[in-house]
Amino acid sequence: MRSGLDARVAVVHPGGFRLDVELTLEPGRTAAVLGPNGAGKSTLVAALSGLVPLSAGRVELGGCVLEDTASEISAPPEDRRIGIVHQDYLLFPTMSVLDNVAFGLRARGLSKSAAQRSAAALLARLDLSALADRRPADLSGGQAQRVALGRALATEPDMLLLDEPLAALDVTTRAQLRHMLADHLAGFAGPRLLITHDPAEAFLLADEIYVLEGGAITQTGSPEDIRMRPRTSYAADLAGANLLVGVADGGEVLVGSHRLTVADTSAQGPVLATIHPRAISIHIDPPSGSPRNSWSTIIKRIENYGDRVRVQTGGPLELTAEITPPALAALGMKIGDEIWLSIKATEVVVSAD
Amino acid sequence: MTRRRPPVLLGLLAAVGAVLFIAPLVGLLARTPWSDLGGVLGREIVADALGLSLLISLGATLLSLLFGLPLAWILARVEFRGRTLLRGLVLLPLVLPPVVGGAALLFTFGRRGLVGQPLEELTGLVLPFSVWGAILAAAFVAMPFLVITVEGALRNLDQRFEGAAAALGANRWTVLRRVTLPMIAPSLVSGLLLTWARALGEFGATITFAGNLPGRTQTLPLAVFVAMEGDRDAAVAMSLLLVFVSLAVLISLRRSWWRAR
Repeated sequence: MRSGLDARVAVVHPGGFRLDVELTLEPGRTAAVLGPNGAGKSTLVAALSGLVPLSAGRVELGGCVLEDTASEISAPPEDRRIGIVHQDYLLFPTMSVLDNVAFGLRARGLSKSAAQRSAAALLARLDLSALADRRPADLSGGQAQRVALGRALATEPDMLLLDEPLAALDVTTRAQLRHMLADHLAGFAGPRLLITHDPAEAFLLADEIYVLEGGAITQTGSPEDIRMRPRTSYAADLAGANLLVGVADGGEVLVGSHRLTVADTSAQGPVLATIHPRAISIHIDPPSGSPRNSWSTIIKRIENYGDRVRVQTGGPLELTAEITPPALAALGMKIGDEIWLSIKATEVVVSAD
Repeated sequence: MTRRRPPVLLGLLAAVGAVLFIAPLVGLLARTPWSDLGGVLGREIVADALGLSLLISLGATLLSLLFGLPLAWILARVEFRGRTLLRGLVLLPLVLPPVVGGAALLFTFGRRGLVGQPLEELTGLVLPFSVWGAILAAAFVAMPFLVITVEGALRNLDQRFEGAAAALGANRWTVLRRVTLPMIAPSLVSGLLLTWARALGEFGATITFAGNLPGRTQTLPLAVFVAMEGDRDAAVAMSLLLVFVSLAVLISLRRSWWRAR
């Protein structure tokens, strides 16, 4: 764990809210902290960056102890080598794009001209040279996000911390930027921590996910783990949508070797198809009527959350369906049983990937 | 926007109100010795007063910047007992009659005053009836404009920008210099202009604390007051000068202060 992140962060707010989490992250890997509003995500970002003192805990990054309440060590924000992409980006409005990217280098002692040269080279690598002289106010959301990433990378930090990096973007830019982000994350050698409330972002970008609820980590695991075996009701909701990566072609989406019929006939090319578990019907006999997608499969797993039951199915598409406990009782199903699934074409939500 | 005509009575009262502002300006312009304006403005009493006024008002503005900016920062950013009280005291000169301020300064910084006596014993500096005293008096009445403007700007500034700068490796001084001050620059400039305009027009505190000594503490407003007794032409010319300066300040503030919508 010498060059990664090893942190236990406990912060108690005067109002009574308590954040207490442990994060371990190896270099070259991406972890997502996934949680709803008010779960403590912002507090975690502020604590890691040194803006909010720990009530208890220890933060070690790249072999350096940044904070340790036991030995009363606390590095100020400017001495922590964490590159942060902030929510809303927080580009300095009074500076050009070039000076924004050069800011960290100058703050760390480089001369103005050396910092600008280095920033210009980085902008060129990010394909942003054309924007160098612009003010942040004249950038689109997607451009601002890329500049913010450039600014965070410019000082060659020991770790990247992305605080809701895609939240401020519209849906079409978001998919595009997510791919760009994935590329840059892959090119960054240190640990990368993604803070988000968006499950799609976490599932698609992270190697491991920490589910944060009410100030505590309620589940840790690979995206696959969280999706297939959510441990809390919130995680089940997050994992809620069955997320499928496929290729659209005029009303159909090819997922692996399976063709899903969708209502959206305009989508073409790579897409994400999402199906809410409650939109999947389970039948004992082949369904009749209008559903355009139906196939037979077997039950792999049944999980009871009290007010609802999640049923995981086998191939051709491994999906999670959600039904009520009485419905389960009425169907009389158990693991290994053969069932029929049906999904209306209108319930498959397609968005460009 | 209403298309109906305003009630007649309301319109009449408003017109009287407007005349109250406009008529004195017209009266001043009517009395102005236009043909000999250059000559009048060149008289020694005018030139001396103008030079002193610039020196004293700019000195007071610098003093306000030096002490008012940190004061505004502390009031905006640091929580401490008595902050509200301190803010009230800082703003008091805005509503206090300036002559009272001058008297209070005299009791404090006068040669036998609470601060004045040790100050003279230690440094030999005598403030009352000196140009330094005039600067102090002008700063006393004008600095609140800077403090109130800058404090408001600092409160409205999203502090996350400063956090972002710190995360990029900037120490607090760099953050202040390169992020905070540039972001509040428009308000800082407004505050400085208002402070300077108020200092330039200062009368009551100056005459009480610094006196009315031609060539030493007699600023333009004091010179106008004196000239009204003898040299009316000079009084009018200097008044006109002050009107133009005030208008120029207002025009440069129009974007941040009085343009509706």
